[in-house]
Amino acid sequence: MSEGMRLLREMLRIRRFEEKCAELYSAAKIRGFLHLYIGEEAVAVGAMQALSAEDAIVATYREHGHALARGISMNALMAEMYGKREGCSHGRGGSMHVFDAATRFYGGSAIVGGGLPIAVGLALADKLQQRSRVTACFFGDGAVAEGTFHESLNLAALWKLPVLFLCENNLYAMGTHIERAQSQIDIRTKAQSYLVAAETVDGMDVTAVEAATKRAAETVRRGEGPAFIEYRTYRFRAHSMFDAELYRDRSEVEAWKTRDPIATFSAKLKQSGQATGAVLQAIEDAVIAEIAEAVAFAEAGTWEPVEDLLKDVYTPAGGHRLASAVEVGS
Amino acid sequence: MTTTYREALRTALREALSKDARVFLMGEDVGRYGGAYAVSKGLLAEFGPERIRDTPLSELTFVGAGIGAALGGMRPIVEVMTVNFSLLALDQIINNAATIRHMSGGQFSIPLVIRMATGAGRQLAAQHAHSLEGWYAHIPGIRIVAPATLEDARGMLWTALEDPDPVLIFEHQTLYNVEGPLADDAGAVDIDHASIRRAGKDVTIITYGGTLGKALQAAGTLAADGIDAEVIDLRSLRPLDMDTIAGSVSKTHRAVIVDEGWRSGSLSAEVSARLVESRFYELDAPIARVCSAEVPIPYPRHLEDAAVPQPLAIIAAARETLGHRG
Repeated sequence: MSEGMRLLREMLRIRRFEEKCAELYSAAKIRGFLHLYIGEEAVAVGAMQALSAEDAIVATYREHGHALARGISMNALMAEMYGKREGCSHGRGGSMHVFDAATRFYGGSAIVGGGLPIAVGLALADKLQQRSRVTACFFGDGAVAEGTFHESLNLAALWKLPVLFLCENNLYAMGTHIERAQSQIDIRTKAQSYLVAAETVDGMDVTAVEAATKRAAETVRRGEGPAFIEYRTYRFRAHSMFDAELYRDRSEVEAWKTRDPIATFSAKLKQSGQATGAVLQAIEDAVIAEIAEAVAFAEAGTWEPVEDLLKDVYTPAGGHRLASAVEVGS
Repeated sequence: MTTTYREALRTALREALSKDARVFLMGEDVGRYGGAYAVSKGLLAEFGPERIRDTPLSELTFVGAGIGAALGGMRPIVEVMTVNFSLLALDQIINNAATIRHMSGGQFSIPLVIRMATGAGRQLAAQHAHSLEGWYAHIPGIRIVAPATLEDARGMLWTALEDPDPVLIFEHQTLYNVEGPLADDAGAVDIDHASIRRAGKDVTIITYGGTLGKALQAAGTLAADGIDAEVIDLRSLRPLDMDTIAGSVSKTHRAVIVDEGWRSGSLSAEVSARLVESRFYELDAPIARVCSAEVPIPYPRHLEDAAVPQPLAIIAAARETLGHRG
């Protein structure tokens, strides 16, 4: 499969997975809050191409796309949506709190801006242990209004920490347009004011996202300190399943949909002869099959016994107690 | 040897930094300044700026960075200058440090230690002198300890660092200058149990941190009146060692709880409720509480003294449980 087809497939997996999630929400299989990433798939898929298995991810509450693009299995993610024990957070987190140690996926956080300080700390740990890893921190334009954005960019720049600050600017903090929330809407300049290398890129174009993120990741890996990217993107669906979308015009949504990252990229692949209708259909079929399997996996999953309610509030006594310290100088 | 509470804390920090390469200290003015309460004075020269890290005034982010660094394999010690400033970091402590282990299904532990000064007594008024450790003790997922003695100032840090979960250490600001003897071989102590600091049979006085000294002083005065008080130092505010507390009350049948937090919704209320739940039929008198007055801590000395628990009030409360008035 060509690189382009692979990117397309990854975006399609996210799109179809979430369409199924919306259905399952209506069927009351998925509960709580459900925030769909539909429309923004190029960001997670493109950005993830810049990261290696050793790197860390800190994401948001709209993180199904990041989780799938990072390589968390669709089975484990769907089981998490159901709240089943086989879920990637063992059913404890649900849609907004996806965790996975194996892929260094540190959440899923439902506190806007709450992930930025954690990313700074993960990067600090790498720097102190002389590891050349990168921590990629996704957040939205809403987080830019939070104090943590400013504190974290300042601290990461001050200490030259290997953090990729990845801002998904979809123009709305829930229902509040950026122009109604921020005096300076050119977010990049805020990052630059902390002397963080910053770039703005079209978040609807997966190859542009990939290229920009790779450029930024390279500077971070070279030890030049953090980098910042603003991806200009758009959320096609409602903020959550409880949103009548009173705050934006249908025409605005429709205009952005003409720039659908999957449709435009798919057309591009066809045009350049990289894809045929038959190949695209085969990918579509494979994705649908994967989703059907994930739903079956989640359905067959088990509920955590109520007796385990208190498990993992604390580490079991003796469970993790440090047998020995790491010697200074070792 | 004779030492101070401050020096005992510093010795513990030095030991931790020497023993484990993953340990580092960060916070406001912990390096060049030497710490707002001079606890970390001299450590910058010994361990360098990578491990004694001065931070900007960004409590929310440097506490969150402590969480991230713990997730990344370090053993961070984060110093927050005073308990009132920790409110700026409350989101990270409560929404992340306390939740991530459970919410991730046990995949991620956060071996983070947060130290902070707490309490009144230095005329710092209502934004530097509150006792909010009882609030933190409300939260599952974190552990709360309060060293009241030189041994605990010296020994709790290492045990807290060995704990795989977040531990908050509350250092009462009137204790830093307390001086006394400390064994040369003093080292790590458990952080699970309450300690009986004075054995007695007539009434149990339960307290922790900065008011332990006042409780012991009150017990001394009561002894002169023929009242033999037992004094319990909680040491750990979460979890509470109810075995020791309830065991003592089963013996004395009377309890006075002394807490520098406000009475409403306080740690003293929790201890009282648990005693009523488990030892109701052992009690020979209503449980008494000596807490701070329900005001922001005031600046003038006489009002600050009047706002927080004092030995005379503890004595009166203890006498009342024994049927003595006045």
